Amino acid sequence: MSAKKGIKLEHISKIYEDPKTKKPFYAVKDVSIDIAPGAFVTLLGPSGCGKTTTLRMIAGFESPDEGEIYLGGEAINALTPNKRDTAMVFQSYALFPHYNVFDNVAYGLKLRKLSKDEIHKKVMDILDLVEMGGMESRMTNQLSGGQQQRVALARALVVEPGVLLFDEPLSNLDAKLRVTMRTEIRRIQQKLGITAVYVTHDQSEAMSLSDDIIIMNKGVIAQMGTPENIYYHPDSEFVADFIGEANFLPAQVKSTDNGVSAVKIHSHEVQVNNPSGIKPGTDCQLLLRPEAGVIGPKGDLPCKVTLSVFMGAYQYYQVMVGDTLVKINDNCPINKHVFKAGDEAFLSFGADCVHLLTKENLSSV
Amino acid sequence: MSQRASLERRKFFADPLMVTVILLLVVFLALFILYPLGMLMADSVYSPSSYTVYTVRETPEEVQAFFEIQGEQVRQLSISHRPVTEVPSVEGLSVIEELGVTASTTYMAGVLHEGLSDTAVAVYQKDKGLLSLQSFPHIFGDYTFRRAFTNTLWLGLITGLGSTLLGLLFAYVDTYVRVRNRVLKKLFDIVSMLPVVSPPFVLSLSMILLFGKSGLITRKILGIYDSDVYGLSGIAIVQIMTFFPVCYLMLKGLLKNIDPSMEEASRDMGASRWTVFRTVTLPLMLPGLGNAFLVTFIESVADFANPMLIGGSYDTLATTIYLRITGGTYDTQGAAAMAVVLLSLTVFLFLVQKYYLEAKTAATLTGKASRMRMPITEKSVTRPLTILCFMVSVFVILMYVAIPFGSLFKLWGRDYSLSFRWYEALIKQDGFKAFKDSFVLSLIASPITALLSMIISYLVVKKRFVGRGFIEFVSILAMAVPGTVLGVGYIRGFANGVFRTGFLQGIYGTGAILVIVFVVRSLPVGTRSGISALRQIHPSIEESAYDLGAGSGKVFMSVTLPLIKDSFFSGLVTTFVRSITAISAIILLVTPRYLLITTRINEFAEKGSYGIACAYATILIIIVYASILLMNLFIKYFGTSRQVREANANVG
Repeated sequence: MSAKKGIKLEHISKIYEDPKTKKPFYAVKDVSIDIAPGAFVTLLGPSGCGKTTTLRMIAGFESPDEGEIYLGGEAINALTPNKRDTAMVFQSYALFPHYNVFDNVAYGLKLRKLSKDEIHKKVMDILDLVEMGGMESRMTNQLSGGQQQRVALARALVVEPGVLLFDEPLSNLDAKLRVTMRTEIRRIQQKLGITAVYVTHDQSEAMSLSDDIIIMNKGVIAQMGTPENIYYHPDSEFVADFIGEANFLPAQVKSTDNGVSAVKIHSHEVQVNNPSGIKPGTDCQLLLRPEAGVIGPKGDLPCKVTLSVFMGAYQYYQVMVGDTLVKINDNCPINKHVFKAGDEAFLSFGADCVHLLTKENLSSV
Repeated sequence: MSQRASLERRKFFADPLMVTVILLLVVFLALFILYPLGMLMADSVYSPSSYTVYTVRETPEEVQAFFEIQGEQVRQLSISHRPVTEVPSVEGLSVIEELGVTASTTYMAGVLHEGLSDTAVAVYQKDKGLLSLQSFPHIFGDYTFRRAFTNTLWLGLITGLGSTLLGLLFAYVDTYVRVRNRVLKKLFDIVSMLPVVSPPFVLSLSMILLFGKSGLITRKILGIYDSDVYGLSGIAIVQIMTFFPVCYLMLKGLLKNIDPSMEEASRDMGASRWTVFRTVTLPLMLPGLGNAFLVTFIESVADFANPMLIGGSYDTLATTIYLRITGGTYDTQGAAAMAVVLLSLTVFLFLVQKYYLEAKTAATLTGKASRMRMPITEKSVTRPLTILCFMVSVFVILMYVAIPFGSLFKLWGRDYSLSFRWYEALIKQDGFKAFKDSFVLSLIASPITALLSMIISYLVVKKRFVGRGFIEFVSILAMAVPGTVLGVGYIRGFANGVFRTGFLQGIYGTGAILVIVFVVRSLPVGTRSGISALRQIHPSIEESAYDLGAGSGKVFMSVTLPLIKDSFFSGLVTTFVRSITAISAIILLVTPRYLLITTRINEFAEKGSYGIACAYATILIIIVYASILLMNLFIKYFGTSRQVREANANVG
């Protein structure tokens, strides 16, 4: 595909009126994003965070109150959706129930006044790509949910849009099909090298699909970055909590030496990586992912086990470190001593498996 | 202006087709619904000009005599004799007295001025116009009006109550009572649907044929010679029979939504069937019953055909307005004032019904029934209710059967042998022309209305723009406008052109204005059905077409319209049926150039030529039911409702 384009949002804001209080509020506030051509970017966040509104502003269904949107370098704020070089895949599939599969996919091409032969070739090719070859004369109500979503994807792809937009396209599918379809979407996007913006509230979808994830909360961008970066180095408690599971332990930086700090947690000292150079004396929170901790007879922090459950792949513990409750998934329990509720034990973790968050990070979002 | 507003505006104007359509719609609705009604309002409070006449003649009678010599009618000028208070000096005239003359047309002013040039009658224009409420005390002081007003209210009350009760009976039997006999159940079904699309006059005609002076039942069977069906009881019976199916449909929907567990709980605590009905079912139904009552009340008050035919001396507002205009007096201003009273009544009730009772009904009965209801099988309940329904059914069937027989009997009341003489008479007396005119005009109106109402529904449901509220409100409000009122409004609004400027005067008296009336009369029905059909369609289906590059015209033609073609087609047929059976507004506007079936039935029935009237009515009934049959067949085989339902199931 020739026409892949980059997308740039400059200080985009959207104000809505609260239906109850009649007060205006920012559904999207000062959002700036720069998406390179061919990138797959996901907007991730809880419902009501403004991700769908942002997507609909890119498509042109909504107009921003502030800011400008550029598609391939061209300002498109004043263009109606039909004049924008975007194609959207909807949550509800939005297939035309009165057309068969072929006519659904051909719809956009007919509008572009292509010749009959050209349309036929393109539709057949794209149906093969989404593995729907041979189904072109079916009516949409004869298709399963997954097949309908493939047709919807084909319909959007076939017009070779500058940007492909996805509005939670998999949320109506069952869990298993969702996993298959997201692999499919990623495969096709990579094959065609098309720019894609994907909206979801499902973090595993975001992780598995994206080059970059943009996490939104209450209308603003909380953080953007690669999935790894966001997971291991969240900027805020919100992001840490939203992506994966997180324990927060109150900690104070004592001294720093060569990017590694000694921090004090409940009167015990541990060594922790400090890449952002938080100064000694600062109160912070230590982020510990459940799978990064180990419970053992010896270790860094003494703790008391309050709950111990066998989960198969791991032993699930709840332990008290001082007065903080910490949840730990201890992997492969078959090789280890398993503690029971009431046991005294120790919690340990690698210095590079945890992340320090300062108070400012906590209050920033 | 905020950036968003300016962007939305630019996007809006980037779609010239939609802008044009919206503009045309607003003009159409304003011109053909709001403007004529506005003119009525204005007429009833505004005297366009008043003149002061200075004359050499002694008395008003002499002034009048003078104008009559000039060959002009001064009757409609209410000339009041006034004592001279201040006499301006008018050169060359010996002014004796001042006469206040209120003229309602500029035409009369012209006459007066001519009078000035010829003789020694001086005329001065006193005021450009006069705002006053004088015509209201005037008509309220009018005995015929007062009687018509109370008559209308009584009739509405009786019809409303009767239809609601009868509708409740049929709805209750349908949803609550086990009727073993299949044939009987089918019969109740048919009877409760039959009158919904029945042409006007039909029930009135058969009422006269069966129960009138020479009625088959009253005279032939019962031997009553002085039976009088004309009047309140006659109209009320006919109206109840005509309107109860509307209540039946409304109440059936509500009864089906009542959760049977509530009634079972009451039963379980020891209540009898009657106590359950009185303490659970009825209170839950109350807003719905009020809703049904008001809807039929409005229908009854607005009804013209039945009171016209079977009312006798029992005049209602609708017929009085008609007589004011067509009778010798041609008192359009009085008629306008009465029309305003009638309009205020129906619009007020309509607003109460639409915005208060409908919301309340929805609030009390929101839930879906959790499971099937066990039908009542006790003989003490089923027997009397079934017998009651059966009697009503027989009565209704009898009424419909009377019409074709009325057209086939040689002379009703005297000679009950079969013949085709009335059909021959019908053909001889321009029958073909009547059918052709009615057919052609209705056929023109149908596609216009169907398309227009689909466009309005599309704009109202799917688009956001300035004027959306106006378009929705006006096109739904038209439902509350009685045909007679609309007719008078058109006379006042278009007889001398728009705002009496002569603009569009050409359409007055033509087929075009009849088609417009047909369109306006059916628009609310089509729009309502279109709106509810469109609400079933998920917005993303149209958005995806828009996103793929289709403009709003293309989206409408390639996606929206195909998806609501059921509604479009039913709009087509409904408009055709409503138009070919329309009478109330049309009868005021039709000119001898056009013969319409309904006006012909009215003419012949008024003359007492029931045979020809029945012949017309029989053919009309066949046309109407054939159209409806065709519609149902089309929707069954080519309909989209199934596809839409299944598409929605995905949305979840």
